[in-house]
Amino acid sequence: MSESLKLSYTVDGGDFVSAGKASEGVKRTLKSIGIDPAVIRRIAIAMYEGEINMVIHASGGTAEIEILEDKITIVLQDKGPGIEDIEKAMQEGFTTATAAIRELGFGAGMGLPNMKRYSDELKVESTVGVGTTVYLSFNV
Amino acid sequence: MSQFKPVILDPERCNGCVSCMKRCPTEAIRVRGGKAVIRYELCMGCGECVKACPTNAKKECYDSFDGIKDFAYTICLPSPALYGQFSNLVDINVILNALLALGFNKVFEVASGAEIVSAGTQVLLENKDFPRPIIGTGCPAATELILMRYGHLAPQLSPIEQPEVIAAKLAVDEAIKETGLPREKIGVFAVTQCAAKVSSLKSDSARKYIDRVLAVKEIYFNLLAEIPSTQEKPLADLARAGKIGIGWAAASGESSGLCIDNYVSADGAENVVEVLNQLENRRLHGIDFAELNMCSSGCVGGSMNVENPFLARARLRILRNKAVLSVPQISCGEEFCRTEYQPKDVCKLSQNRAEAIKLTKTIQDIHAGLPGLDCGACGAPRCMALAEDIAKGEEVACKLL
Ligand SMILES: Nc1ncnc2c1ncn2[C@@H]1O[C@H](COP(=O)(O)OP(=O)(O)O)[C@@H](O)[C@H]1O
Ligand code: SF4
Ligand SMILES: [Mg+2]
Repeated sequence: MSESLKLSYTVDGGDFVSAGKASEGVKRTLKSIGIDPAVIRRIAIAMYEGEINMVIHASGGTAEIEILEDKITIVLQDKGPGIEDIEKAMQEGFTTATAAIRELGFGAGMGLPNMKRYSDELKVESTVGVGTTVYLSFNV
Repeated sequence: MSQFKPVILDPERCNGCVSCMKRCPTEAIRVRGGKAVIRYELCMGCGECVKACPTNAKKECYDSFDGIKDFAYTICLPSPALYGQFSNLVDINVILNALLALGFNKVFEVASGAEIVSAGTQVLLENKDFPRPIIGTGCPAATELILMRYGHLAPQLSPIEQPEVIAAKLAVDEAIKETGLPREKIGVFAVTQCAAKVSSLKSDSARKYIDRVLAVKEIYFNLLAEIPSTQEKPLADLARAGKIGIGWAAASGESSGLCIDNYVSADGAENVVEVLNQLENRRLHGIDFAELNMCSSGCVGGSMNVENPFLARARLRILRNKAVLSVPQISCGEEFCRTEYQPKDVCKLSQNRAEAIKLTKTIQDIHAGLPGLDCGACGAPRCMALAEDIAKGEEVACKLL
């Protein structure tokens, strides 16, 4: 029976310039476990996008990470506004970000598409007015 | 850099304070039995600990000037940071002539090598397939940090050799032509400002071109003493480098030589780490080049200089603005590129993944029981580092519990 390692982070809303602390911590742990650098890169990119989404679209949330010998799962959960049309949100370039947020270099509408591209599995559950949960998993 | 020790400790002088341990960017220092201990597999030679030590117990390792007796003919490769160490210097030729007066037979500026790197990087920027941003390798401490901690950025490191190596190759070719001597009779001496450069110039890939590496601070006073003698006869015109090469001595110099605007330049360990994290998150889209200097202000901030970095930088600015824009006559071909950089997995807790996961859990559990003050009294830089040391089996403990 392989051991599982759990990490959890609270992601603060609003402060997008210094956002990325959770993915930072996860990256550090994955490096010390000896995950292949190319795989760490995929995980880091996907998780950072998810973390940023919680910061810019919801007002923060939580990140729960489970590391198994052959699989890594990440659950990002927020109590934000929710996503009206998930299929639309998954399209490249679709964004509801304001001009001000785009000016800061976010809101290119590539977050969810990239999370799908770089993970082995992506699941988005969302209820308008309740919040959003994103599941990411990676085979390692 | 495990084969060479960039910095060593004088145990007599070390009083066991935690200044160096707290400043080390890779947490490579512990205090054991009241003395600092360096874990060399994590040392990138940045010199932060040397600068932080209140009792001068940390010393960089470099060669002695007396080594010039070992060769029939000697070439000196001074780094551009050297030029910033002298007040009222109006002509770089004064320093280059003084180096000859000191006993070297030939001087060849590292700044000239740097101009070839700049020209080569401009060509590399035209290759749209090379991953962006291209990361400059002017600071070997930053390169080491990437290989240790940011392994997957290794393909973005510029493949062009360090300026010292290019200068050495060109100077030796010239010297062989001029003297007819065989290579082994010619001694190539780099004069540099930091332990990281010494270490990288003594690495396997550079050692065959550079025989000795001297410290700016060690030759400084002798060089100063030779300056009056250079006034006795007309100065030989030895300075070949222009604005771009001289500029390499300070932060943003490497980037300015590229004639592009979309670069980032970070100096100081914290800022370098910040930019590397942003690079990992791909937050630097649209940026073509990243310059990273582990020392704040760039190489004028190296620990083996004598002058205050801010003053040195001001002097270099004056020299640079007076200099011409020189275009290197030699193009940067294959012979000035190196083999691919290999990431180092020094962060791994164990070669076995299941074992590493188990260890990480143990570390988490131990850490949960520590006060979380990161006070350093236990001899580790942070509570997390202590937890790691305990999990790995070291007999250390929190002093507050
Ligand atoms: N956690 C979330 N909460 C609410 N809306 C979200 C969340 N994540 C994504 N969205 C919605 O999906 C859209 C597309 O997301 P994404 O592909 O990451 O692009 P971007 O973040 O650049 O807008 C967002 O503009 C937003 O409307
Ligand atoms: S910035 Fe310059 S002086 Fe400082 S470590 Fe890097 S190469 Fe050496
Ligand atoms: Mg997004």
